[in-house]
Amino acid sequence: MHVPDGFINAPVSLGAGVVAVAGIAVCLRGARRELDDRTAPMAGLVAAFVFAVQMLNFPVAAGTSGHLLGGALAAILVGPYTGALCVAVVLLVQGVFFADGGLTALGVNIIDMSLVTVVVGYLVFRGLATVLPRSRTSIVGSAFVAALISVPVASLAFVGLYALGGTSDVPLRSVTIAMVGVHLLIGLGEAVITAFTVGSIMAVRPDLVYGARGIAPKVELRSSSVAA
Amino acid sequence: MGKRTRGVVLVGMVVALLLAGVGSYYASSSPDGLAKVAIDKGLDKGERAHTFGDAPLAGYAVRGVGDKRLSGGLAGLAGVGLTFLLGGAIAVGVRRRGAGVTQDEDHSGPASGEGGARS
Repeated sequence: MHVPDGFINAPVSLGAGVVAVAGIAVCLRGARRELDDRTAPMAGLVAAFVFAVQMLNFPVAAGTSGHLLGGALAAILVGPYTGALCVAVVLLVQGVFFADGGLTALGVNIIDMSLVTVVVGYLVFRGLATVLPRSRTSIVGSAFVAALISVPVASLAFVGLYALGGTSDVPLRSVTIAMVGVHLLIGLGEAVITAFTVGSIMAVRPDLVYGARGIAPKVELRSSSVAA
Repeated sequence: MGKRTRGVVLVGMVVALLLAGVGSYYASSSPDGLAKVAIDKGLDKGERAHTFGDAPLAGYAVRGVGDKRLSGGLAGLAGVGLTFLLGGAIAVGVRRRGAGVTQDEDHSGPASGEGGARS
């Protein structure tokens, strides 16, 4: 969903940049509460993992592919503030080094793929995980639904920004339907990857899943028989 | 990083490096959802070429490396390394110092990239 240069006009791109910088600033403050010496390296891992999996485009329909956005996954694993920073790092590296996502569109891309997916993904996850019975299945199921919903909502955020500052005159209604439709399919892939990853870490180190803190059942930690 | 966190990070990094370095070759090369809708509906009429379109890693390929599998794989490894260092450095920079498991030996780890990430 990386927006290239020239899709969105200069004023809206600039405004999106300002919002993105403000969002990052809030996250830098908030991340302090989520990170300590033990969990800080996890943030590096999550950023690297999201970058890697974003390279793995999977087919979703004839001639169309999708890839993980990773906001819901990152938020669940390392916390929403840190998670948004991780995805923003991925988008920055992709834009600067890999020519993926326009530099003038970096604000738009951070809003869509980092801030929106994290906020939506984490709220849905916590909402579900809080009302469901405390179990690993609930955590994984909540992660699945959160990831699934985060992707079409991110595509709606893009459509909203395009409606404000798109450089081409397009039928917004049909663009909205097309974007949400294809991103529901991509969201299914996002959900499978997110649930699988969260489930894998829950199986070996539930204490390292930020979103499961205070929700997950107490697990007796033994390092002998649970090697990945 | 505590001993047990280090294990998870190591295993996770190996997985990330394998996915980006090897798995990415098998990814779909079709346009993604946004790119497809953009083509179909004409969102892309104003599209401009990327500012750094000639960068050494542009398009997830290492410039000058002809073999597609090798070129894409190396670009993937570089990206995983870059994101780990930048993400880890920011996290180490903003974390609550001394909280969690404190280990002095860790200062040679992600913290070494800290200076570069503070912009």
